[in-house]
Amino acid sequence: MTMKTLGSVLLTAILAVLILAPADLTGLGLPWGGFRRSDIDVLTLWLITAIAAMGVNLIVGYAGQETLAQAAFLGIGAYLTALMTKAGYPFVAAFLASGLLSFVVGILLGFPALRVQKHYLAFVTLAFTVFAWLVFRNEEWLTGGVTGIQNIPRPTLFGFRSKPALVYYWFALAMTVALALVMAWILRSPWGRAFTALRENAIRAESLGVDVRTYTLLAFAIGSAYGGLAGALYAPFVEFIDPSPFALGPSLLFLLMVVVGGMGTQAGPFIGAAVAVLLQNRLEILQSSNPAFAHLSYLLVYAILVMVLMAFCPTGIVGLWQRITAPRRRPHADDKGPILGQVKS
Amino acid sequence: MTTADTGATVLKVQNIAKSFGGVHAVRDVSFEVRAGEILGLIGPNGSGKTTLFNCILGQLEPTRGKVLVGDSDVTGLRPSQLNRLGVGRTFQLLQVFPQLTVTENLILAGQEHKGSRLSRLFGAGDAGLTADAARMVEFFRLGHLAHEKAGGLSYGQQKLLDCAMAFMAGPRLVLLDEPAGGVNLSMLANLKERLQAINRETGATFVVIEHNMEFVMSLCTRIIVLAEGAIIAQGSPETVRRDPKVIEAYLGH
Ligand SMILES: Nc1ncnc2c1ncn2[C@@H]1O[C@H](COP(=O)(O)OP(=O)(O)OP(=O)(O)O)[C@@H](O)[C@H]1O
Ligand SMILES: [Mg+2]
Repeated sequence: MTMKTLGSVLLTAILAVLILAPADLTGLGLPWGGFRRSDIDVLTLWLITAIAAMGVNLIVGYAGQETLAQAAFLGIGAYLTALMTKAGYPFVAAFLASGLLSFVVGILLGFPALRVQKHYLAFVTLAFTVFAWLVFRNEEWLTGGVTGIQNIPRPTLFGFRSKPALVYYWFALAMTVALALVMAWILRSPWGRAFTALRENAIRAESLGVDVRTYTLLAFAIGSAYGGLAGALYAPFVEFIDPSPFALGPSLLFLLMVVVGGMGTQAGPFIGAAVAVLLQNRLEILQSSNPAFAHLSYLLVYAILVMVLMAFCPTGIVGLWQRITAPRRRPHADDKGPILGQVKS
Repeated sequence: MTTADTGATVLKVQNIAKSFGGVHAVRDVSFEVRAGEILGLIGPNGSGKTTLFNCILGQLEPTRGKVLVGDSDVTGLRPSQLNRLGVGRTFQLLQVFPQLTVTENLILAGQEHKGSRLSRLFGAGDAGLTADAARMVEFFRLGHLAHEKAGGLSYGQQKLLDCAMAFMAGPRLVLLDEPAGGVNLSMLANLKERLQAINRETGATFVVIEHNMEFVMSLCTRIIVLAEGAIIAQGSPETVRRDPKVIEAYLGH
């Protein structure tokens, strides 16, 4: 069996487990009672988080840019979907509108990337997140301010009401798979190659006809659209939104997730999101059962984890895995050396 | 006289000047390159050769002057736009994409010349790029390395790949900045012979910056000598070699 078929067999198996494991299979005569509702919700949150992280991975891991704005796009998608579905528009329309709006805003956010260096870009996107958060919090007439928006309906799709946790999970899973396939397609297309070229050496790419400006904007637009689409799934999932999940902290977390999972790899966002979501969930459970841990902050634990991981494996968990499975591979020489030729100022 | 005199003008550089603050890196340089020519651009370190290239190619904005490719004014175009007009280049320092394979490097170098932006996303096929890359890899005798990561190649091999990338899109004009720098003798002969073959077969025009005198004198049909940002001599390799101003410029530094 080649690595490729092995990979697809593995992926199919994982997918089958993801579809079946949460469900109660006793009706089929199998001794498996499925997951508890709260655990199903953890899985759903993982999927939604992974979609947003895929977007960050495109922008940061593949195209080599920087973004601290993904939570803002999650917010844009969540608020737009909440407002539209509450106003009676079908979910599909709200979902597509969320993606489209985030795509357009993502292009606008990409413009500074054409002018400023990486670290400044982090500040610019950070400022955008703060701005978006202030809008979510202060524009009460639109967003409900700190009280947020309640009773966001879960959609009915193809005649199925997605109100039950398991149905909504399956729906989120289907959307995640679809979006992962779209991402895989993009990355395998010449666009994906161009994004990688931006990351590795934008000046050389430009000299080979790669329109660095357009591709930079496209990376931001597509990556942000994934944030918006994740937000569109998030709002009906939690059924109530307020500004707090769309603040700066979560934005930073999305970036860290991609780093922890493995930047520039397609599995990275899923692994990073799993670590982040599971860690938070387990910590919450621990804290509610044992008051001794009440003061243990999630971000603190997470930050320590990130630091330890980065110290031992800067390429994230995927990189760690590759190192274990292929121990004889030598690391590459430094490929981030200075570039000759002066950039147009 | 030679074929160089019969071809149409491919590149016209008019009064290009570039200063960095008080440093006048290029002062009022004008020259023309004819179709099919292999023009050498030599000069001591810091004489402004690379800066001149960067001004021609849109990498730097010239302080003054104009650049024409064929009949069209290309001053102020971005490097990618120039490249899509059929102007390729290499850089003085090695510039390959280390994380991509040799083949992927070559495909990347050709992909923006095929189809439209949307067909590059939605198109199912690869527009013949894999076949082109395979041909190019063989042509530069890198066939056995086609699926290696470029970062794992030896310096000389990467240098060849760097050159090959500049030719992937079948350019009519290529500017090479020190293609022979750091390349060993046997590889050098290979490189020279490959460049000559492309020139012969496709009629592509080259401008070559080079410090290796033997390489440049045997490769080029005409040579321009730059010193302190200005042209001090030009002509056939023999004329230039004997020009006292050239000898002076090289020895005086
Ligand atoms: N970005 C820059 N800022 C300031 N000065 C520069 C810059 N680029 C080049 N220079 C100066 O311009 C002059 C010409 O440099 P250039 O790199 O064009 O020379 P060169 O002929 O290519 O030299 P070499 O043979 O060493 O490559 C030098 O004095 C250099 O210091
Ligand atoms: Mg130079």
